[in-house]
Amino acid sequence: MSEQVREQDIRFVQGNEACALAAMYAGLDFYAGYPITPSTEIAEILAERLPAMGKKFIQMEDEIASMCAIIGASLTGHKVMTATSGPGFSLMQEALGYAIMAEIPCVIVNVQRGGPSTGNPTHVSQGDVNQARWGTHGDHAIVALSASNHQDVFRMTVEAFNIAETYRTPVILLFDEVVGHLREKLVMPKPGEIPLVERLHTSVREGVNYHPYLPREDGRLPMSDFGDVHRYNVTGLFHDMWGFPTDKPELVEELMRHLIRKIDYAAVSLTYHKAFYLDDARTILISYGSSARSALALVERMRQRGQRIGLLELQTIWPFPNQLVRQYTEHAEVIGVVEMNMGQLVQAVRLAVKKPQRVYLINRIDNRLITDKDIRQTLRAIQGKGV
Amino acid sequence: MSVHDYIRERFFPHMWCAGCGHGTVLNGLIRAVAELGIRKRNLVMVTGIGCSARISGYVDFHSLHTIHGRALAFATGVKLSKPELHVIVPMGDGDGLSIGGNHFIHAARRNINLTALIMNNRTYGMTGGQFSPMSGLGIKASTAPYENIDNSFDCVELAKAAGATFVARTTTFHVNQLSELIKAAIQHKGFAVVEIFTQCPTYFGRKNRLGGAPEMLKIFKERTVPVGSTKKAEDPSLIERGIFVEIERPEYCDTYQKLIERAQEG
Repeated sequence: MSEQVREQDIRFVQGNEACALAAMYAGLDFYAGYPITPSTEIAEILAERLPAMGKKFIQMEDEIASMCAIIGASLTGHKVMTATSGPGFSLMQEALGYAIMAEIPCVIVNVQRGGPSTGNPTHVSQGDVNQARWGTHGDHAIVALSASNHQDVFRMTVEAFNIAETYRTPVILLFDEVVGHLREKLVMPKPGEIPLVERLHTSVREGVNYHPYLPREDGRLPMSDFGDVHRYNVTGLFHDMWGFPTDKPELVEELMRHLIRKIDYAAVSLTYHKAFYLDDARTILISYGSSARSALALVERMRQRGQRIGLLELQTIWPFPNQLVRQYTEHAEVIGVVEMNMGQLVQAVRLAVKKPQRVYLINRIDNRLITDKDIRQTLRAIQGKGV
Repeated sequence: MSVHDYIRERFFPHMWCAGCGHGTVLNGLIRAVAELGIRKRNLVMVTGIGCSARISGYVDFHSLHTIHGRALAFATGVKLSKPELHVIVPMGDGDGLSIGGNHFIHAARRNINLTALIMNNRTYGMTGGQFSPMSGLGIKASTAPYENIDNSFDCVELAKAAGATFVARTTTFHVNQLSELIKAAIQHKGFAVVEIFTQCPTYFGRKNRLGGAPEMLKIFKERTVPVGSTKKAEDPSLIERGIFVEIERPEYCDTYQKLIERAQEG
């Protein structure tokens, strides 16, 4: 064993555990949640670890209350998270919209299972992609990240906290049952290895007017904690720069544009992805989460046979990386979007690429992991090679 | 500090209807806080949605105006994450006991140190006078044009059964008691509930032909008696006001701190 390997902190963990470890690495102070398969391990781990660190874990009466509690705790200056799955994510939608409107940093993990409704609690799907985008009512922007392996689950979880604090926004971690429950190697990043973003507090002193909703020149909004000297209002109503309700048309429009633009304008820096063999690829697979593992397995097998195939793994799902997808797929003859649903992200891909007629859905919808063979079979059909 | 120091005067006159009892609740609340001399930076008010919820806009505290029914869930997050803050949670009867009923019983069960006020006007005022779980049988409302056939909750009994360690009731007619009870509720260590009968002449009064605000206040005066009054034995239809429960039981945030100490022992 080399010296370098021996120094590493290597763990054999579930994806849910990687997420919990990453949240603590990022500085999680407060977790509220409600038991639900297949995300429960995150709560169980944090219930044990957070109190030992002097931090807070609370099991609330339902997912609505969990989402509300983390928003309350965020306002006192803490890094907060909740974790759930489909039915719980549905219950969180109203308060998620509140966090968007009131610009409260928070992280929401959704370990996707089969749906709609109770669906298939112990099996995998990627059916909540569009719910993450449009689940809460009203116009809004959202950030949703994904990951296909535990090293990336760790990284994306830390980035979720960083993005939440930077942009004062909720961030959704869109994992799935396979990634959540699979056990594999995780090399624990050392402290400081992944940079952390801490909350930006206002430098305005006591007695001087503090505007909680007046963006600085760089677009950021410094916060003041509840319990600190500045008292202001937080509301889900359209509001002015002090946080007080308003229905003045010009202020309503200004806030709406601000909420959308702060995410849209940052889209490029919010984009995380992985490119595998894309340089000369004629067939490009686009995938995310556990289905990207199968896609990569197929790509590597077909590359060995000399076929010009590649994979674009999207780790940022929303805001959709239009530019990135358009650039990578410019010379592709076949673009196969691999996902475990009836075709959700494929719609965004079709809107992004130059030739949408070349985009095909490669899916599996029986709540079993899509395999490399499944993808291969559909690709052959697309290419007219028979099945 | 005077009561004026605790309000945001630039937002007055308030948006409640003429004759509404909610301003009286605000008055009693502010007097309670001023008499206790609590520093404003240590005061948080969390509200939900409805006429009652607008109270948070008028107080110069940290104010969190949230979504319908969930004020206590937000407040739980505020309190547990920073237990040194005083967290006051005024709610309407529909807000607190219908859509928010689950959070109400669970906050009581935890005995978390929050001051919950139920501003009970027996109707949904903001949406135009629909019946609430506190309207009671036979009441007329815009969604009960014939008559209301839904039984109502008894807020005091509900709070008691759910585990609240301070439970009281008063009305907007009894303004001194209102202020004293809120004061006692804030000082109480644990989940404290004060149910306050407040008049809605615009909807509840009008639809049920109870007259205007003075007539409705007269009903509060005549139909309520102090806890333990002999009049209640003679006329069981009278409603008691005062303190029903005031007991000491381990408070959630305190217990959580002990849990942290245990976890850190290893």
